[in-house]
Amino acid sequence: MLNFVVRRLVSTIPVMVFVALFVFSLIYFAPGDPAALIAGDQASAAEIERIRLSLGLDRPFFLRFFGWLGDVLQGDLGVSVFSQLPVTTLIGQRLEPTLSLMVMTVVLSVTIAVPLGVVAAARQGTWIDRFVMTFAVIGFSVPVFVIGYILSYVFAIRLNLLPVQGYSPLAEGFWPFLKSLLLPSVALSGVYVALIARITRTSMIEVLSQDYIRTARAKGLGQGPILFVHALKNASVPIITVIGIGISLLIGGAVVTETVFAIPGIGRLVVDAILRRDYPVIQGVVLLFSLGYVLINLCIDLIYTLLDPRVRY
Amino acid sequence: MELLNVQHLRTHFRSAEGAVRAVEDVSFRLETGKTLAIVGESGSGKSVTSLSIMGLLDKKTARNSGSITFGGRNLLTLSEREMRKIRGNEIGMVFQEPMTSLNPVLSVGRQIGETLRLHQGLSRQAARTRAIDLLRLVDIPAPERRIDEYPHQLSGGMRQRVMIAIALACEPKLLIADEPTTALDVTVQAQVLDLMRDLQKRTGTAIILITHDLGVVADIADRVIVMYAGRTVEEAATADLYARPMHPYTKGLLATIPRLGSSLLPGEPARLEEIPGQVPSLRKPIHGCAFAGRCKFSVDLCRSKAPVLERKSEGHSVACHLADNGVSA
Ligand SMILES: Nc1ncnc2c1ncn2[C@@H]1O[C@H](COP(=O)(O)OP(=O)(O)OP(=O)(O)O)[C@@H](O)[C@H]1O
Ligand SMILES: [Mg+2]
Repeated sequence: MLNFVVRRLVSTIPVMVFVALFVFSLIYFAPGDPAALIAGDQASAAEIERIRLSLGLDRPFFLRFFGWLGDVLQGDLGVSVFSQLPVTTLIGQRLEPTLSLMVMTVVLSVTIAVPLGVVAAARQGTWIDRFVMTFAVIGFSVPVFVIGYILSYVFAIRLNLLPVQGYSPLAEGFWPFLKSLLLPSVALSGVYVALIARITRTSMIEVLSQDYIRTARAKGLGQGPILFVHALKNASVPIITVIGIGISLLIGGAVVTETVFAIPGIGRLVVDAILRRDYPVIQGVVLLFSLGYVLINLCIDLIYTLLDPRVRY
Repeated sequence: MELLNVQHLRTHFRSAEGAVRAVEDVSFRLETGKTLAIVGESGSGKSVTSLSIMGLLDKKTARNSGSITFGGRNLLTLSEREMRKIRGNEIGMVFQEPMTSLNPVLSVGRQIGETLRLHQGLSRQAARTRAIDLLRLVDIPAPERRIDEYPHQLSGGMRQRVMIAIALACEPKLLIADEPTTALDVTVQAQVLDLMRDLQKRTGTAIILITHDLGVVADIADRVIVMYAGRTVEEAATADLYARPMHPYTKGLLATIPRLGSSLLPGEPARLEEIPGQVPSLRKPIHGCAFAGRCKFSVDLCRSKAPVLERKSEGHSVACHLADNGVSA
């Protein structure tokens, strides 16, 4: 097991180096002189030169790449061109709201979607099934910001039950924290509930026709254990895969949601950084998300081995 | 003592192209501790009969009529809840497909122990201990190790032994074995049948052995019913059936059994298809005798009037118009 984890981690090193290379060369994909772009229209030549030097643009590419990589490996992601603060500090400040939003969205989506999909499969072709599938289509097709504005209008503005906007850190109390995240995570969940419920249904329908389900029934087991133990465990591999993909996709969704609900998270940080061409911040965030993505995939591979004894590591 | 009495069982399936008359009038009785073999070609309704007894057919498409009296109760009238207390507890079942009938993601111990915990309320630990005993009972070597293994780590024969262990875990009064050996190698087939016979001696459970191979029936069954196109065409004590088969179909089946010692190669097609002709479609009602189209003795009466199952001698019934008119001549 440990052996497997170590091997998997080592095998991600080339991927991460490639990602780092890509992230680092972002600055070269931008048209024009990066230093001039960053400095803006009114900047003087001296100011542009200062930025060029601070970014190290005067040195050869690979020399700078390895220098930068060395810094990154020591936890130094550089300094924001705009605020002059270390990128790690900036990200650190913004990490809690985004992580909280993502965790809450995933927990909410999975707890709603998996039972829905299981029930839809068990009652295939009935009105329950059709209701769940209709719900899934709506979840898919209505954009996050629309759901977000509707929810916020109904629950925050009309009913006054939840805060309209903003984020309350966990340190300031669990209830305010939960309340501030509820609407954003519900809004963000729509797509994932739809996605996970659909795949759960499809996978369960396939499993429910298998011989071992008939065996389980022949033992006298009830619907509950048959669906949630015998069937769901077999159906879980595609479900876990989709949840994993969902978490990766959440990153994009978080940006929109953080904007709608004015949550000071990574999504907002990166949007602002892009608008200001604050390359060190963009690089830092992309690198962080890539690392997150790799780790999520590792976790998913580990979960596979726990769920299915036939998967070897 | 009579354990099971099936009378005029009928099982029809609804389908897009109309009804499938999978079982059309099957009747038989089974005494406590005895073995009944149900024999017939592929598609004759053997599995549907056993699934009807277990109440495992999809209620949305399957319609049962007649009666299945087990321990004094008509199973066809019981609720799903009541049936759940019988399944796996009073009636155990072993299926035709050992490779796919066990859950691939649950350990062997879990799958055996589950039944014990459900019906006998055993603790996790007690169920495990008992499951190890059961593995030993079905002759699985190193049961303490095997108990934590998963089905993919076991051979086909071992999986079928595990299935038997599951079916027998709660010491059921009735074990239904639906072609338990068809998917196995010849040598393993013999071992599994020996095991079943052995276990019956020890536990006194009654067995319904479903097979399309009359050859395996001789040493294990007390009585045999022969099914054709969803009907019982003949029922007799095993020795009687071998010695004096009355239905032309039964005779055809007996004629296809290879002589003792001439072992069958694995993968060889079912010998029963050597009777010329085809099973009639189950989608249309059959007028007259279902076997008439393939029967070399058939007369006009056979095509116009369906024969009923009639007792011809002590414990020997047959559904054939010509049965006492010297067909065997
Ligand atoms: N769920 C179902 N819906 C419709 N028809 C079915 C269904 N199950 C079985 N049948 C039909 O009923 C008939 C009897 O099937 P059954 O499985 O009982 O045959 P069998 O005697 O067990 O044959 P085999 O030796 O191949 O196992 C077949 O023609 C089959 O196609
Ligand atoms: Mg069958």
